[in-house]
Amino acid sequence: MTMNKPIRTISIFCLLLFLALMVNATYLQYHAAGDLNDDQRNRRVIDAAYSRERGAILVGRDSVAVSEPADDEYEFLRTYPQPFKYAPLTGFFSYTYGASAIERTQNGVLSGEDSRLFVTKLVDLVSNDQSEGGNVQLTIDPAAQDAAYAGLTALGKGTRGSVVALQPSSGKVLAMVSLPTYDPNNLASHDFSAVADTWERLTDDPGQPLLNRAIQTTLPPGSTFKVVTAAAAIEAGLYTAEDQVPGGASYQLPLTSGETGLIDNEGRACGTGRIPFTQAMEQSCNTTFAALAGEVGAEGMLETAEAFGFNSTYLEDLRPQAESVYPADPDAAQLGQTGLGQFEVRATPLQMAMVVAGIANGGVVMRPYVVDEVQSADYEVLDKTEPTELSQAVKPQTADEVTELMVSTVERGTASPAAIQGVEVAGKTGTAQSGDPDRPPYAWFVSFAPDEDVAVAVVIENADISRSEIAGGTLGGPIAKAVMEAVIRQ
Amino acid sequence: MAAGQQGAIMGFVHRRRRGAELFLLVLALAVGVGAYAAVGIGVEGEVPVDLLGYGGWLAGLVVAAHVVIRFVAPYADPVLLPVVAALNGLGLAVIHRLDLADGTTFARQQLTWMTLGVLLFVGTLVVLRDHRVLTRFTYTSGLAAIVLLLLPLVPGLGKTINGARIWIGVGPFSFQPGEVAKVLLVVAFAGYLVLHRDALALAGRRLLVVDLPRGRDLGPILAMWLISLGILVFQRDLGSSLLFFGLFLVMLYVATERPGWLVVGSTLFLGGALVAWRLFGHVRTRVDIWLDPFAYYGEGTSDQSYQLVESLFGMGWGGLLGRGFGEGSPDRIPYAESDFIVGAIGEELGLTGVIAVLLLYGLIVERALRAALISRDGFGKLVATGLASVFALQVFVVVGGVTRLIPLTGLTTPFLSYGGSSLVANWVIIALVLRISDLARRPAPSVGDTAGDADADAETTQVVRLS
Repeated sequence: MTMNKPIRTISIFCLLLFLALMVNATYLQYHAAGDLNDDQRNRRVIDAAYSRERGAILVGRDSVAVSEPADDEYEFLRTYPQPFKYAPLTGFFSYTYGASAIERTQNGVLSGEDSRLFVTKLVDLVSNDQSEGGNVQLTIDPAAQDAAYAGLTALGKGTRGSVVALQPSSGKVLAMVSLPTYDPNNLASHDFSAVADTWERLTDDPGQPLLNRAIQTTLPPGSTFKVVTAAAAIEAGLYTAEDQVPGGASYQLPLTSGETGLIDNEGRACGTGRIPFTQAMEQSCNTTFAALAGEVGAEGMLETAEAFGFNSTYLEDLRPQAESVYPADPDAAQLGQTGLGQFEVRATPLQMAMVVAGIANGGVVMRPYVVDEVQSADYEVLDKTEPTELSQAVKPQTADEVTELMVSTVERGTASPAAIQGVEVAGKTGTAQSGDPDRPPYAWFVSFAPDEDVAVAVVIENADISRSEIAGGTLGGPIAKAVMEAVIRQ
Repeated sequence: MAAGQQGAIMGFVHRRRRGAELFLLVLALAVGVGAYAAVGIGVEGEVPVDLLGYGGWLAGLVVAAHVVIRFVAPYADPVLLPVVAALNGLGLAVIHRLDLADGTTFARQQLTWMTLGVLLFVGTLVVLRDHRVLTRFTYTSGLAAIVLLLLPLVPGLGKTINGARIWIGVGPFSFQPGEVAKVLLVVAFAGYLVLHRDALALAGRRLLVVDLPRGRDLGPILAMWLISLGILVFQRDLGSSLLFFGLFLVMLYVATERPGWLVVGSTLFLGGALVAWRLFGHVRTRVDIWLDPFAYYGEGTSDQSYQLVESLFGMGWGGLLGRGFGEGSPDRIPYAESDFIVGAIGEELGLTGVIAVLLLYGLIVERALRAALISRDGFGKLVATGLASVFALQVFVVVGGVTRLIPLTGLTTPFLSYGGSSLVANWVIIALVLRISDLARRPAPSVGDTAGDADADAETTQVVRLS
């Protein structure tokens, strides 16, 4: 038949057109669907998440974030019963501004899309129902969190600072407080114009209340970094806790001359010539630790600092987080300064808590974590986080000797405000210049109880104190003490 | 035509299969009325109160069409009407679902247009007892097509909607004359080509891969095509330009049986596309959006790809099985009830729904091409092939655009999209294909004149007995 050959060709051509459409639709709705759903601008996903009953965020037996039924089109309102205390952990869940902290990193579980909820998920897929969100149980110890929040807020309105408490044996975060803080209820509200006003106020606030200072700001750690320097020196086999170390009222940094390179001890008793290592730590002798850093060398210092977690991030449950820094190639003078936590050394409060937690745990630094358990909507445990080792920072023997030095710093030295009656406590103070002469220095305090399972770091950024180590201990010491007591007395 | 070959084809006698058509129609109605009920349950939580009236009206329309076919086109293809009824019913349900979200009443108007479409479908079948009559109107249809395409440019009559001046307004109604011109052009091309195909295929100079016909043979058809294409470019209707070009090419190729035309045509298309891209800003914009739609979406951008990206998000959100009627947000897509209805289906009925719709479209094209293959006259073959191609190309251009396979060019989705002119024209297209298939499937009118036909008759008898 005439024309049938070209008609058959056209048929094949049409078949190809339809095949192309079907392959493309399959690609779009199956393979690319995940990426499309992950797009931050995809309002469908946001709307659906927003009008779904999210799982709760639990601390101990209490919910710190929970979805309450609401009488409007969104059906549920995200509510935070203890907003200010837990905001840095829960984060917010907003229709307009997305989510942060646990609300964001655990969104899959809370919204019910995580594969660990798969048993119910499969039934939902067939019945096309929306799955119920699972619950997230945090590692936080409510008593420790209360003590940390109470201690920090007691310093007065306008305080900027944070407290982190860790369980050294596991890496569990027991407390995490950051000031100034905010009320996530105001961002979760269904009154969107009020939410926009709140958002504008929070983002314009110079105190940056949305910032979790415990993990998102790095500051010079000052004298608390001497714990790392001491650990590096002992680990390198240069000294033991019983040995004599270089002392003296002043120390001229290598490659320098005159006032600019001259280190002193702000009047603390650091002897002359050689002094006991314990005395150097008790009195936080700058001259000693500048010399020790030089003796260990840049490579050894860097190695020890990185073994404790510097120059990396490790907390997977909260994002974003700032990376703590130990400089790679300091010259001899800069190396001396790093020994006392100055020059370019910067650390998050969490990082300094990990340093002391590593010492407390026999030199083993555990990876910190905040999410303890993932539960189904019926509180059935689906997944429990197993503690994992981040690194063996120093040998157990080294950790014991550093502990000895820090215990004596609490018993006889600058860290005495953290002493607890009847419990052995190891601690170290720190005061670091902010670099800006108009700003007050940062007051640090790190401590742990060798016979118990708790390590704490406290930092107060706008401390109204003189540049004195003893003064640094008076602010942070009592807070660290209260947090440790809260954990120990249970 | 060799006698033996003819005998082999005549040897098979088609059955009427009207019972099968009725059975398939019941299934199609179940799709349409079921979807309407599902929309009511999904969106408003209850079965629509007018379900009986609505279902009755829909059933009345398609059963009437079926009864008319029984009388005036008893051998017509039994699959086409049920497929079209299913698509039209599904389209009505989806438009109704969007109406509920947007507070519009497009579904009611669409049902009115469908009624008119079925009336014209019936009218075409009743009046046109033999499609070959249409060869008398070759030039009339061509002229009418051009006039229709020009109408939107008439001041006071034409309306510009979304940057394209392809509409005319009569009272409260808007009408897209291009949809009707499409059918007329197929008839005009087929009528001309069937007369001149020998001349077009034979004579002329050879240019590269193809023997060019003589100017006076190709001239009229080329002129007709250039005029229609020129108008479309002037009216900024990219989708229809693409459609008409493809249609012209396919029909020329089928009529002349010279594959060289496909090479020439494809070259012309690529050249034309390149020139359009260089010359026209709106073409460049479409291509840019196609290449990276997400760069033109959201705050801080021109937001020109809002419609496309919302549709892509919707289809991704729908996934394999879809959200279900009332559970998605297809109303986020602007014009979801017309050009982007496949996006709405993808979101609420999922990949399953989209593939089902594509298969239904594929069936229509396949059935029309089958009618072309078995048609005994050249004109019928050309019209059926032309209508099938125009249908396939239109589905490809609009669905491919919505799913980002090709750059987006505005066209309606046949039988699904809201739009009176498109719906009515498509019902007429189906009537024409049914008429051609009716004549093609009818037993051969005369036998016994020649030895060859006598043999064929003997074979026929045998086959019938065996079956």
